[in-house]
Amino acid sequence: MDGLTHQIIAGIATGGIYAAVSLALVMIYQATHHVNFAQGEMATLSTFIAWSMIQAGIPYWVAFLATIAISFVIGAAVERLLMRPVQNAPVLTHVGVFIGLLLIIGNATGWIFGYTTKLFPTPFESERPLLGGLVSAHELGSTAVTLAVLVLVYLFFRHTRLGLAMRAAAYNPRSARLVGIRVGWMLALGWGLAAAIGAVAGMMVAPVVFLDPSMMLGILLYAFAGALLGGIDNPSGAVIGGFAVGVLENLAGAYVVGTELKLTVALAIIIGVLVVKPSGLFGRVVLSRV
Amino acid sequence: MPALLEAKGLTAGYGAAPVLHGLDFEVEEGGVTALLGANGAGKTTTLRAVCGMLRTAGEIRLGGQSIAGRATEEIARLGLAHVPDGRGTFMELTVEENFRLGAYIRRDREVQADFERMWAWFPRLKQRWRQQAGTLSGGEQQMLAIARALLLRPRLLLLDEPSFGLAPLIVQEIFAIMRRIREESGVGILLVEQNANLALELADRAYLLETGRIVVAGPAVELREDEAIRHSYLGY
Amino acid sequence: MSATDRIAALPLRRPAAGLAAWQRGALLLAGLAAALVPLWLLESFHLFQLTMAVIMALAVLGLNIVTGYNGQISLGHGAFFAVGAYATAILMSHLDWSFWATLPVSAAVCGLVGYGVGFPALRLGGLYLALTTFSLAVAVPQILKHRAIEDWTGGVQGLFLVKPDPPGFLPLNADQWMYCVALIVAALCFLLAWNLIRGRIGRALMATRDHPIAAEAMGMDIAALKTQAFAVSAMITGLAGSLSAVAVEYVAPDSFSFALSINLFVGMVVGGVASILGSLFGGLFVLFVPNIAEAISKAAPGVIYGVLLIAFLYLLPDGFAGLLRRLAARLRRGAG
Repeated sequence: MDGLTHQIIAGIATGGIYAAVSLALVMIYQATHHVNFAQGEMATLSTFIAWSMIQAGIPYWVAFLATIAISFVIGAAVERLLMRPVQNAPVLTHVGVFIGLLLIIGNATGWIFGYTTKLFPTPFESERPLLGGLVSAHELGSTAVTLAVLVLVYLFFRHTRLGLAMRAAAYNPRSARLVGIRVGWMLALGWGLAAAIGAVAGMMVAPVVFLDPSMMLGILLYAFAGALLGGIDNPSGAVIGGFAVGVLENLAGAYVVGTELKLTVALAIIIGVLVVKPSGLFGRVVLSRV
Repeated sequence: MPALLEAKGLTAGYGAAPVLHGLDFEVEEGGVTALLGANGAGKTTTLRAVCGMLRTAGEIRLGGQSIAGRATEEIARLGLAHVPDGRGTFMELTVEENFRLGAYIRRDREVQADFERMWAWFPRLKQRWRQQAGTLSGGEQQMLAIARALLLRPRLLLLDEPSFGLAPLIVQEIFAIMRRIREESGVGILLVEQNANLALELADRAYLLETGRIVVAGPAVELREDEAIRHSYLGY
Repeated sequence: MSATDRIAALPLRRPAAGLAAWQRGALLLAGLAAALVPLWLLESFHLFQLTMAVIMALAVLGLNIVTGYNGQISLGHGAFFAVGAYATAILMSHLDWSFWATLPVSAAVCGLVGYGVGFPALRLGGLYLALTTFSLAVAVPQILKHRAIEDWTGGVQGLFLVKPDPPGFLPLNADQWMYCVALIVAALCFLLAWNLIRGRIGRALMATRDHPIAAEAMGMDIAALKTQAFAVSAMITGLAGSLSAVAVEYVAPDSFSFALSINLFVGMVVGGVASILGSLFGGLFVLFVPNIAEAISKAAPGVIYGVLLIAFLYLLPDGFAGLLRRLAARLRRGAG
């Protein structure tokens, strides 16, 4: 029984990371109706930036905040420079640009920082075991950070003028322009926020999986699965989906398929959701022409 | 004093072929101008051209300042509000959020006072305050669209067929409110309307469009007297 | 003209328009003859590389049928490549089949798998299909390594096999013969694809891509067309996988990582989306450009790959084949 509880708690901890990346994907989806395949690579790059700052002796939380800011700028810049020129092109072009971005960022990260696995520090240490040893300080801390991010994002969208404008631009760009919202900037803002959220996820997951250029590949897959499970157009749904996928993955890994097929679990969830209920558990219908 | 809105030789269209062929028209400060014409005459296109949704040629001036070629959001920021066909409300958002978006560009302290003014004009919207706009009735949505546009505190309001698809009683109600708006707010209105009777009652200037050209222009009273217009558009 | 227009305008051009049948035949023969020249010019390593380029071209051709011509974006064609490679490898190493005998089986298996993938794909819009196939590509090595099928696949170790022996009457060594084998299989598949695309089926494929509602209104069975396109596409890419298994004489899960799928996609875009000739360029690109890129900067061929991909999408969205076509058109206009 203890084993099961532990698996579920561990699942919730990793699920928090997935939830954050799911949220990042949904943010971009909401703003632009794109799914950014390079989201994972962008988050990895952010984590490396944080790592270099910490290596240089900058205190953890300073590096943490600086990384979020830098990532935001990178994300917004990518939208302005790369996505903007092709915004009216066919989907194939968008997918191509995402893949190009994935190749460039992923390989540039390896090029700059090397391919050796690196230790990434956690700010959460504890002298004594927590909850009877069921959960590590890092698991607890990273879940708290993730939840804090989610709450902040929620508050931002619900209760700020800018958040409302972003939602308006996503739902109805034409009307948004009529009330004076600069829609183009809202898209860039969406990309920036997504990159910032991705950065948080990267910094929280790196102490667990260790830092290397391909760190986020599997995580991105789970995040896709989580986002789809919850509904790709529903931020809170995506968060719940992310947590659910984390728990499912851990339970399936521990009791059903073994750890070697964990990625396949994500694939199965993705296909399952898309085929059985394309709108996800909490989403609206995804339009698809057959 | 220059007119609030002045268009000279306005040409616009979708893609290669122009729909509008050199229109000249104006809206007085605080006045109501009606654009009349059959389906496909170019009325909606004219409104789209004015608010920067289409590529245009010719001159468009808002309060003497040229707005031709500017982006829609920048034109909105200069004080032009548009209630487009299909209303342009945010269906997924609540009535309150639609109100807030209407006042999005404003930094002044009178937003709350304007909300209260809108509640007085459209009491039904206050009852629906926390409801999703998509769940409102057609008439309520039209009211919301107008309220949203007015919350920008525009100098000029473009209205695209406010009576479209609504029951006659609701249409009466909306036009009654529009008369109040004209009297109480001093906003200039450029009105496109199929229902020429109602439009000419409200307007002080009117233009008749046919296939992208203005064929009759003059004070609304004169157009009401015009034999040809009465016959083709007013039906008596 | 925008990228959109250019891509949309492509299918209206009929392949090799303006050439008589005998001219086309002569061109084909000349091409084949030219393809045989490297047999005597290149030493074995370079010949091996060229063999792999032919194989990659074939794989890109498969992808082009479903993604280029039919508009169903697949980022997971490495999976079909892997299925083909493993089908051939398992039959050869466990059951001692000859290479040639494995080809029909490999084609059938890949076609079936492709058909199977095509069904859920029907329900997915462009981006979702890309996402799902992307996930498939990422998951492939893991599935191949799994314990349950380890006895057949050889697990992480993979399987070893040998190139087919050249027939006694030909004065060729194994590498030279392998090149010929790849060439023969690829030529047949290209011919098949060419016939498919320039005919009624090709037009139907493109119609479902560009105007799905109109195509349906005209009575086309879109679901059937799309699943069949997936099957044919998977079959061709799978055959390329079979060829690669024997050319490399080895299959292992990590040769079929998601990088392979991405490479095929990049090859298709750079060579030319919805272009048969473009697939050929795509194969050459996928094989040789990383080598050249590595020479320029050892560390980051991927960066150059990504930059080239984006550059092509912006500047030459119809790829290298489109560039050639436009140059040829200009020459013709200049001459006439």
